[in-house]
Amino acid sequence: MTGSADKATRRGGASLSRADLRDRYKAWLQHHRLCAADSLAKVLEAPVASLLTWLVIGIALALPVGLNVALENVQRLSEGWDSPAQMSVFLQQDVSVEQGDRMREEFSARADVDKVIFLSRDAALAEFSRLSGFADVVASLESNPLPDVLLVTPASALSEVGISTLREEMATREGVAEVVLDMAWLKRLQHLMTLGQRFVLAVGVMLILGVVLILGNTIRLAIESRREEIVVVKLVGGSSAFARRPFLYTGLWYGVGGGLAAGLLVSAALWYLDEPVRVLAGLYESSFSLLGLGLMGVLNLVILGGVLGLAGAWLAVARHLVRIEPR
Amino acid sequence: MISFDRVTKRYEAGHDALREVSFDIEKDELVFLTGHSGAGKSTLLRLIMLMDRPTRGQVTIDGRNLSSVGKRAIPAHRRGIGVVFQNHRLLFDRTVFDNVALPLIIAGYDHREIGRRVRAALDKVGLLRHEHAMPLSLSGGEQQRVGIARAVVGRPNILLADEPTGNLDPELSAEIMRLFEAFNQVGVTVLIASHDLVLISRLHHRILTLKDGRLISGASGPGDAL
Repeated sequence: MTGSADKATRRGGASLSRADLRDRYKAWLQHHRLCAADSLAKVLEAPVASLLTWLVIGIALALPVGLNVALENVQRLSEGWDSPAQMSVFLQQDVSVEQGDRMREEFSARADVDKVIFLSRDAALAEFSRLSGFADVVASLESNPLPDVLLVTPASALSEVGISTLREEMATREGVAEVVLDMAWLKRLQHLMTLGQRFVLAVGVMLILGVVLILGNTIRLAIESRREEIVVVKLVGGSSAFARRPFLYTGLWYGVGGGLAAGLLVSAALWYLDEPVRVLAGLYESSFSLLGLGLMGVLNLVILGGVLGLAGAWLAVARHLVRIEPR
Repeated sequence: MISFDRVTKRYEAGHDALREVSFDIEKDELVFLTGHSGAGKSTLLRLIMLMDRPTRGQVTIDGRNLSSVGKRAIPAHRRGIGVVFQNHRLLFDRTVFDNVALPLIIAGYDHREIGRRVRAALDKVGLLRHEHAMPLSLSGGEQQRVGIARAVVGRPNILLADEPTGNLDPELSAEIMRLFEAFNQVGVTVLIASHDLVLISRLHHRILTLKDGRLISGASGPGDAL
């Protein structure tokens, strides 16, 4: 019986001593490393099947991410036109340059105006003939048909009501012919962008759900093919956490690979589109070029993939692993 | 060490696998459990392993009433018991070494300690030179010895075996039984389910006999004499 008492104290001591806890922590880490390496090796053992899984996940992730990148680029492009909208105040033909300048100062002094630029009719004509390509036609004109213009930028905090009040007050000022403020198209664009964002979000949520389900199914198959191993592990005293660990790592690797595939797909698509976009932008006298995912974007995709992989594996493990009990 | 107190196990179909079974196995004892197939041998072992719970009655292992062992404590309970299965239950995609190491990896031993203990266990069953072999390249008897090495590598207090000689010829069977006796001599409580009456009656150990779920002989062990 002394042997049994010895064993009992040894075992009791084991759960208390600090050195033993550290050993256990080390062993736990070791098993994590082992599982991670083993699962990765198993994933790489079947390269074609794994590649297909990665591609499926990659495409499902690349779609919403690609759309989002496109949307961000459009947003960046339109930022220059964003509010505060500029108003063009056309002056009457008989207003002199001095009067125009006085009006500029007068408008500038208003609290609801940020800045005013005076564009004289001569300068406007010169700019028009330079940009339009109708220089010959302009040169043949007897008199300048363009009016002087004040380009008024409203204060940035100004509300829509404030803008229309400002517009009316300037329109009724003596010497002003017309105030043009075309915001309708800007509003339409903004609403289109909101719509686009919601659409991307909806598509993204659905595809992410799809990715989790795909991974869950892949892990379910892995669990089925290793049923005997799970039974043996449980028979010799492996906890559920122990049995589950390799499958969670398998999910992680599938997800990380899928995220990487998505990053590569999006980057490839952007690279493919970059040249035509540059040419098109050049035609519009713009130096706009596409903004890619960047290293951080790809890294985020890989992390997202990993998290989704873990989620899918959890789903499968929670549903299927607990049902495998030794019989 | 192993104590059954009026244990009944009834399955859903209304069939009683065990009826009012009571016995005590002392520490250091080696006991055989016999009976026809379907007499309840496997059910009895399953109750000790907590693969099943009794319908009525108490099972006490190493002083602990198993009804107090919750679902989460089952793995720890199983780590204290070594089990040898009739069909070996080895993992065929791993080497002999990795198969034997599994309980130690689960228990969280350091890899040097694992290497030392696995080799010691393989040495005891005479398979040290096969540590890097795959189980399928071994004979049935050798596979069973790998299973025994895996059962004892964690140095359990209790060793259970379910028909460990089921598919072996008499000579190999006797060899396996000698191994169990050797473990018993170093203080392990051993319970072996076997229907090989010719073999076990030669070995002069207590024999529990089950018939239709009832214990018909062997209930009183040396413990009762004290």
